Amino acid sequence: MAQGQNVLDDRLEAACWELLQEVKDPEIPVISMVEMGMIHKVRVEEGVVHVEVLPTFVGCPALEIMKNNISEKLLQVEGIREVQVHFVYEPAWTSDRIAREAREKLRSFGIAPPPLDYKPGDAWEVACPYCNSPYTQMENLFGPAACRSILYCKQCKNPFEALKPIYY
Amino acid sequence: MAETKRVETAAEAKQNQEYLQALSELLFQLADDDFILAYRGSEWLGLAPHIEEDVAYSSMSQDIMGHAVMYYEMLEELGLGKADDLAQLRQADAFRNAILVERANGTGGYNDNPHYDWGYAIARNFIYGMFKRVRLEALLSSSYAPLAQVSRKMLTEHRYHMMHWQVWMKQLANSTPEARNRLEAAIAKVWGDAGELSDLGPKAEKIVGFGLIAAEAQLRAEWLKQTQNIFAQIGLDWPGEPGSPAQRGRAGEHTADLDQALATLSEVYRIDPAASW
Repeated sequence: MAQGQNVLDDRLEAACWELLQEVKDPEIPVISMVEMGMIHKVRVEEGVVHVEVLPTFVGCPALEIMKNNISEKLLQVEGIREVQVHFVYEPAWTSDRIAREAREKLRSFGIAPPPLDYKPGDAWEVACPYCNSPYTQMENLFGPAACRSILYCKQCKNPFEALKPIYY
Repeated sequence: MAETKRVETAAEAKQNQEYLQALSELLFQLADDDFILAYRGSEWLGLAPHIEEDVAYSSMSQDIMGHAVMYYEMLEELGLGKADDLAQLRQADAFRNAILVERANGTGGYNDNPHYDWGYAIARNFIYGMFKRVRLEALLSSSYAPLAQVSRKMLTEHRYHMMHWQVWMKQLANSTPEARNRLEAAIAKVWGDAGELSDLGPKAEKIVGFGLIAAEAQLRAEWLKQTQNIFAQIGLDWPGEPGSPAQRGRAGEHTADLDQALATLSEVYRIDPAASW
């Protein structure tokens, strides 16, 4: 491949990464898929962009929506004529992949972020995303999406959701 | 285990016909177990004991269905047919699920006086889930790399399913005498079928020989050991050696319950398989 082509592909890749910041998680519209740590690789080859996506949950019904949203967005990049989205499981997505700055956005949306550096066997203690009280209670391990649980804050009396720690 | 060469891709698997056959057979067992159990779970929609449980159970069934999709897609990659067709258009005798997962939820039908047994739902999901965990752990060292990778991912999710069912097991076992009696009756019913779970089917020797998964006896011993430990923690009596059903699901023999399930789940798909969803 000619050197010029390489430079062009690199530039297109950078443009794709930038636009991917605008593709939100369909279930959590304040967070982009990049911030969720779900975009593993972006590779451009002669106008075709290959995006490797790490699903948070295998059974997530939003996967197809994400795929379409990524395609739609990246086709806006001049020089991209085709978008290929691949779901990959190596490496596996873990909740530590969520960007630090995104954790605050999750709270603002009423979702407690997963604990950092969680180890198997650790107790899962969840602070309320509204008042930061640790005085919370698990209401339902499985919330409206498999990746979230429903909790209740006994301090400020608000129900809220929490992202499950996913680790291996 | 002389032939445990690691196979990295579907294309590589297809180069060895014997390997391909053994792998497909195992994948159908994995896919069909999860698919049919998820279908039975979906039949509880709107019928679970309370609204939170309804949300949780649907969410888990959807996730298990997602696991089945992964396996069917792997079969598609291996050239066995389109994933949707594999799930919806095969005849019952092509299914390799264990009989345990196809049993109806109770008497009546979803639209016709459903008298489903919640104790049975708990016991079945818990006991199957215990086996699924052991099986996924064994698959981490499968010779088929893509299978090892998805198994690791599924384990991180399955953990939460098990926490959920374990709470139910523990609460009912230590609740009123009626709750405990009903749970014990359900466990006895599940246990009569559960012995088939570790059956790897007529091609077991090849499946194990190619290093796709650990041997049946090993899976069974590990599953029984872990289940016995948890039963002891919960305070449940150990039911002893599990039984096996009259039919062998792993060899394509099934009950009328599977016919009913397949007819219902594929009804819409069969009307127009080309429809776009």
